[in-house]
Amino acid sequence: MELLGFPATQWLPFAFASLMGFSILLYVILDGYDLGVGILTPLAGSEEERDMMVASIGPFWDANETWLVLAVGLLLVAFPSAHGLILSTLYLPVFVMLVGLILRGVSFEFRVKARAKYKALWNNLFFIGSLMTSLSQGFMLGLYVMGLQFTPLTILFATLCALGLTMGYAFIGATWLIAKSEGALQVDAVAWARKSILGAAAGIGAISVATPLVSERLWNKWLSFPEALYLAPLPILSLMLLSILWRGLETHPRGEGVRAWIPFISALGLFTLAYIGLAYSFYPYVVPEKLTIFEAASAPESLLIILVGAMVVVPTILAYTILAYWVFRGKTRELRYD
Amino acid sequence: MMDALILSRIQFAANISFHILFPTITIALGWFLLFFKLRFQWTGDLKWMEAYRFWVKIFALSFAMGVVSGITMSFQFGTNWPGFMESVGNIAGPLLAYEVMTAFFLEAVFIGIMLFGFSRVPNWLHTTATFLVAFGTTMSTFWIIVLNSWMHTPQGFEMVDGVAFATNWWEIIFNPSMPYRLAHMLLASGLTVSFLIAGLAALRYILGDRKETVRSQIRAGLTFGALLIPIQIFAGDLHGLNTLEHQPAKVAAMEGNWETGPNTPLVLFGIPDEEARTNHFEVAIPNGASIILKHSPDGVVPGLNDFVAEDGTVLHPPVAPVFWSFRVMVGTGFAMLLLSWGSLAFLWRRADDGRRFAIRRLPKPLLWALVPMALSGWLATLAGWYTTEIGRQPWLVTGVLDTSAAVADVPAPMVLSTLIGYLAIYAALLFAYLSVVVYLTIKARHGEPLTELTPGSGAAVVDAITRDGGAGPRAIPAE
Ligand code: HDD
Ligand code: HEM
Ligand code: HEM
Repeated sequence: MELLGFPATQWLPFAFASLMGFSILLYVILDGYDLGVGILTPLAGSEEERDMMVASIGPFWDANETWLVLAVGLLLVAFPSAHGLILSTLYLPVFVMLVGLILRGVSFEFRVKARAKYKALWNNLFFIGSLMTSLSQGFMLGLYVMGLQFTPLTILFATLCALGLTMGYAFIGATWLIAKSEGALQVDAVAWARKSILGAAAGIGAISVATPLVSERLWNKWLSFPEALYLAPLPILSLMLLSILWRGLETHPRGEGVRAWIPFISALGLFTLAYIGLAYSFYPYVVPEKLTIFEAASAPESLLIILVGAMVVVPTILAYTILAYWVFRGKTRELRYD
Repeated sequence: MMDALILSRIQFAANISFHILFPTITIALGWFLLFFKLRFQWTGDLKWMEAYRFWVKIFALSFAMGVVSGITMSFQFGTNWPGFMESVGNIAGPLLAYEVMTAFFLEAVFIGIMLFGFSRVPNWLHTTATFLVAFGTTMSTFWIIVLNSWMHTPQGFEMVDGVAFATNWWEIIFNPSMPYRLAHMLLASGLTVSFLIAGLAALRYILGDRKETVRSQIRAGLTFGALLIPIQIFAGDLHGLNTLEHQPAKVAAMEGNWETGPNTPLVLFGIPDEEARTNHFEVAIPNGASIILKHSPDGVVPGLNDFVAEDGTVLHPPVAPVFWSFRVMVGTGFAMLLLSWGSLAFLWRRADDGRRFAIRRLPKPLLWALVPMALSGWLATLAGWYTTEIGRQPWLVTGVLDTSAAVADVPAPMVLSTLIGYLAIYAALLFAYLSVVVYLTIKARHGEPLTELTPGSGAAVVDAITRDGGAGPRAIPAE
């Protein structure tokens, strides 16, 4: 089956890589903000403030996390051999991430349902779980950029990425809180955002500088003429967004309305740009320097049957996700079952 | 030192056993919640709303446990069983993808509205969200059971160079054991929740909570249990006949039957011995197995000795675990049958005021027996899955892929360390889950019956602290 003159073995892997890339990106920004809120919970000024922080993500986190399940699922179904290779190489960091996700996911429930005296314990686990998740994801990202090799240098770099991504999540979480909260919590959130943006920027910077150094292929991809010219908008736009954010946060966005959403939306932009940069670097590899999407793809018949479903289902999912955000629009209120 | 294969198997079995506990509850509890809500809308009786508000908390908790353990499951394929996806990924992949796309997102998005939307969205939308969550969990079950059944009775594919390619999706989805397994699993979930509801309500009743809602919950649980269990036994029997056709070695292990032949007895009790290839201390009903499996006393029933190769290699599953878990499941099933019908028989008698179904008429021992039976569904479900899955060994996909071929070459010590990690976390979480369920049950006893439908008993946030003081959470002081 051809599409625009490309054989199925060409365009299907490409379509799936895009679909997978799309769901990873959605995962990173969506679960990113709720993991970030989790990372920030110890800084809450009071128990009420912490409850509000958790309430701001309560109705959304599960759906946010499902993008991860979809991304891993797509990796599994579209590029089975890459899936096995990546996940068994990253065996331990994956384990840490899963433990983090487990602790965090159940703490949402336990912290409000267990006896009052255990609430502090579950609050701590909520924080620790969020932290483990984001650190391990950053670590895996770093190793992936370094071509999934374990050497002291790559491990050091991966550790830096772990910190950078954690700061990045904290940052996007803080901007989410600016949009969804008011009063003292909003003021705190602005302060958190101003601090964490530095870490996030440093992380993005470090990966940008390191990527071309990893291999000659990447060097040529980024720094040869005329490609460098086409790519110039990426860093330029990122820097512009950073400066908008930095100045915007200085004037303390406050209260209702669209203004409070500017930091969050700019943060989304920043993450998306950084992500596009990464995607550009690795394409067409799914396992860096080892396996391209075309080599790793599964049978076209299987891919096609999933794609048909995805064309119908993914827009539907997006539509009802928007419905959920609409239902819980506005400033966060207490979450109640009745 | 155990090798990576056996460790990975233990790890997988531990993870999936932990996971299945929670879907088993959420699959049917979603429908029960819809039932409670609709009963309230039709009768206007607030006792149904009370039931809804209590069980929605258990649902939220179980759902979160199901989600986190499920996410672990989806990574396990890659971390521990890469060979599985490499060889049958073309078939397993689309099925898993459809589960994520049609089921997980549906549940995950609408659960927010279902849990926290009661007073934010119009009633019809809340009811729809409740329906969609229940529907979503059922769809999850459908897709994963399709995959699992295909692993037991594969068809609709061809093998090219050790890799399975789909030839007919209709045959793959509607593979021979799928309808039986799906029906049996959905019924198992219904039974688990029926007995859970009856059991926890009985606990509240024993602790002195005589609210209308408690009695109605006991009645509802018992009634659904009594209705479902005969169907389940019937479905189980059909399931067994289907297995006899496609996986005779499994049935032979379930029956503990060594020799193929007519007039095979039904072994009620015995200790299977694979070395001696016989059962010790056997108690059996003559011709029983032949009658059940072939509907005639001289029907020929396959025996385990048929599944040993010339060179002595054993091609049937390990006998004792299959034999025993099957008996635990069937035994639990009959205990459910006795208890639910026995209790209903007592309740059928008129009370002094001439009304039937007064919980007061339930004899103490039966009431007390309901409490431990709250967990009977879990027991039977786990036992059933152990029968099924261990009974498939040594195959991972019957006749296509054996288990040892699928394992990752992750070093054994690494698997061992993650295995210990998972086991510790699961044990702790199971303990926390059960404690909180009991705590919520005991706490519900102190609540006043609902008198009007106003918010006031269901704050999910700060349930423990602020609400006990009676006030809602304070607004965050403005600057
Ligand atoms: C509440 C739970 C429950 C109860 C009371 C029963 N079962 Fe069951 N059984 C299950 C829950 C279950 C299960 C966990 O859901 C299994 C595992 C896989 C499946 O489809 O259902 C299962 C598997 C299973 C199998 C294995 C089929 C195979 O894998 O090839 C058979 C033959 C039966 N059941 C038969 C019965 C009979 C004769 C019962 C009569 C009392 C019975 N079950 C009660
Ligand atoms: C429906 C989805 C399921 C799938 C796709 C699935 C798949 C698998 C796989 C890949 C294995 C290989 C590991 C091994 O052979 O040891 C396995 C084994 C096993 N599974 Fe399942 N399983 C499913 C459901 C379940 C459930 C719900 C349970 C229990 C509650 C269960 C219990 C087991 C056990 C005990 C083994 C180990 C058998 C042995 O090693 O002897 N499975 N299953
Ligand atoms: C190897 C097998 C399995 C995998 C990979 C798996 C994966 C998952 C995942 C990722 C989730 C979370 C979905 C979310 O984010 O909302 C989940 C939930 C669920 N699973 Fe599984 N699962 C497996 C076995 C089973 C089995 C055997 C059943 C039932 C028969 C089942 C039924 C469900 C249901 C009903 C849910 C949603 C409700 C809940 O979270 O409690 N799964 N599963």
